[in-house]
Amino acid sequence: MHTWIEKQRNIIDFTLSSLSRRKGKNIALLLVYTLLVFLLASVMFFTYALKREAALTLRDAPEIVVQRMAQGRHEPIPRKYLEVLKKIKGVNSVRGRLWGYYFDSVIGANYTIMAPEDFPYAEGDITIGSGVSRARLVDQDDTIPLHTYDGTSIPFHVREVFSSESELVSSDLLLVSEADYRKLFGTSKDLFTDITLKVRNAKEISTVAEKIVMLLPDTRPITKREILRTYESIFDWRSGIMVAILTGAVLAFIIVSWDKASGLSVDEKKEIGILKAVGWEISDILLMKFWEGAVISLSSFLTGILLAYVHVFFTPAILFKPVLKGWSVLYPEFRLVPFIDPYQIATLFFLTVVPYTVATIVPSWHAAIIDPDSVMRS
Amino acid sequence: MMMLELKNIRKVFNQGKSYELVAVDGVSVSLEARKVTVLKGPSGSGKTTLLSLAGCMARPTSGRIFLGDRELSSLPERFLTEIRRTHFGFIFQQFNLIKGISALENVMLPAYPLGGTHIALKKHAEELLELFGIGRRASSKAEWLSGGEAQRTAIARALVNDPAVIIADEPTAQLDTKLSREFMDIVSRLKEQQKTIIIASHDPLVYEASMIDRVISMRDGKIEEVES
Repeated sequence: MHTWIEKQRNIIDFTLSSLSRRKGKNIALLLVYTLLVFLLASVMFFTYALKREAALTLRDAPEIVVQRMAQGRHEPIPRKYLEVLKKIKGVNSVRGRLWGYYFDSVIGANYTIMAPEDFPYAEGDITIGSGVSRARLVDQDDTIPLHTYDGTSIPFHVREVFSSESELVSSDLLLVSEADYRKLFGTSKDLFTDITLKVRNAKEISTVAEKIVMLLPDTRPITKREILRTYESIFDWRSGIMVAILTGAVLAFIIVSWDKASGLSVDEKKEIGILKAVGWEISDILLMKFWEGAVISLSSFLTGILLAYVHVFFTPAILFKPVLKGWSVLYPEFRLVPFIDPYQIATLFFLTVVPYTVATIVPSWHAAIIDPDSVMRS
Repeated sequence: MMMLELKNIRKVFNQGKSYELVAVDGVSVSLEARKVTVLKGPSGSGKTTLLSLAGCMARPTSGRIFLGDRELSSLPERFLTEIRRTHFGFIFQQFNLIKGISALENVMLPAYPLGGTHIALKKHAEELLELFGIGRRASSKAEWLSGGEAQRTAIARALVNDPAVIIADEPTAQLDTKLSREFMDIVSRLKEQQKTIIIASHDPLVYEASMIDRVISMRDGKIEEVES
């Protein structure tokens, strides 16, 4: 065992001095490799963290949202539907929600506006998202005028600006009282935007949804799972675009690494011949080449992962923000909660480190099976 | 110490092809232990091929090679490498040092796969370089060494695993007269250390040297004459 360890140490020592001999080639390879891992890992970290953020946001969301449909579009839902829904077995609570979009002609952006049941302030008060605060240059205790459906203007007193912690969902959000909401949009007291249902037993959700469709045929129940799936497919689609762009980079890397790692130079081939002549076995040479590949690929992999981690979680992910986050006019500015999925790291490892190491070993094996006496003839 | 015996050795390159070359043709010879033997002959006479066959660097097309009573020619590659590593030390015509690493590391190379401790190995390699008077050049890169220094480094490398047999192929071909004489002095010292030495050379400075026990003349792949 001791001999085996010493042998590995000796061969690693030689590998390291071998690497330093071909500094230019290896540094170039290291840079390209690190960049590739950095880009791929950034996309992976980013989409995964966003999906997780979405899942966390939806954790306390109602199990079912009921919308009224008219002419294939989402329409306000009558208050009387609340009573029908309450009677369905298994339904815990039923609430009407008021929410919509407010177009701000001053900056040309759409805000999401809601009237929560438990709005803590009085009529005439408003709480705004930090995106709105930045765009309209208003802060706590300032006044922000909003136009009603009939063209009049209501000055709202800003009571609160949401913290950046929740910016993913609150950047473009306005919260007002129910009375103010109805005043702004001229919504009748008998109408809500949609209705939310809490269902006691998660297994009953689909049965409850079926009952809703039967009792209220002009409605559409949307389950939490469906919403989550939509979020995921949006992020998957976005990351898919990034990955498609990166495919070019991956291909370029494969070509570079194949050329650099596999194309043994005459000097390298001669060196393998000398090592064989002085008593190295084929397996010793392959071990050396394995370590050579492993040192380059592992250090690039770790550096790339580390840089991607810093890029995604500690800087505003400047490279991908427009593609991966931007679905709104007001870009949310938020820091994602650092999270790493070991499965993703393993996938990236097998897609980068393993092929590279193999690409290094195979041609060396071809060179290592030559007769050692070839060096006597060179 | 064992005798190296070659029986009816034939080595053909590119067999069956139009450019087939018979490098060694039916050679039988015994190379005695603790003696200095020179294989002499013009270029293309087959001496380098015979040397590489004797040193387990290549396999004969036919015939058998014995180290003591152990037959080497039928051994699988792995065992042959093991024999080469433990019993033979090689000094090549072009020295074949690896560029970019130090003289010391070059000397240590053959011992790496044996798994000795790095410190002990380094010490041993330093002692060998010191023995040949180039201790101060230990950390110099191989490409910065002069011809004489490079050859001494190559000799130190051949000795690092303490082999019984030293094989040298045209060792003075790259050296001037003074350095060639110095090389023969080293051979003399190695002989005193009971090493078996086999040299392929067509340099009179080598085959006419006083410490040579036997000269085998070769031509066209065959042994022409054996002088003791």
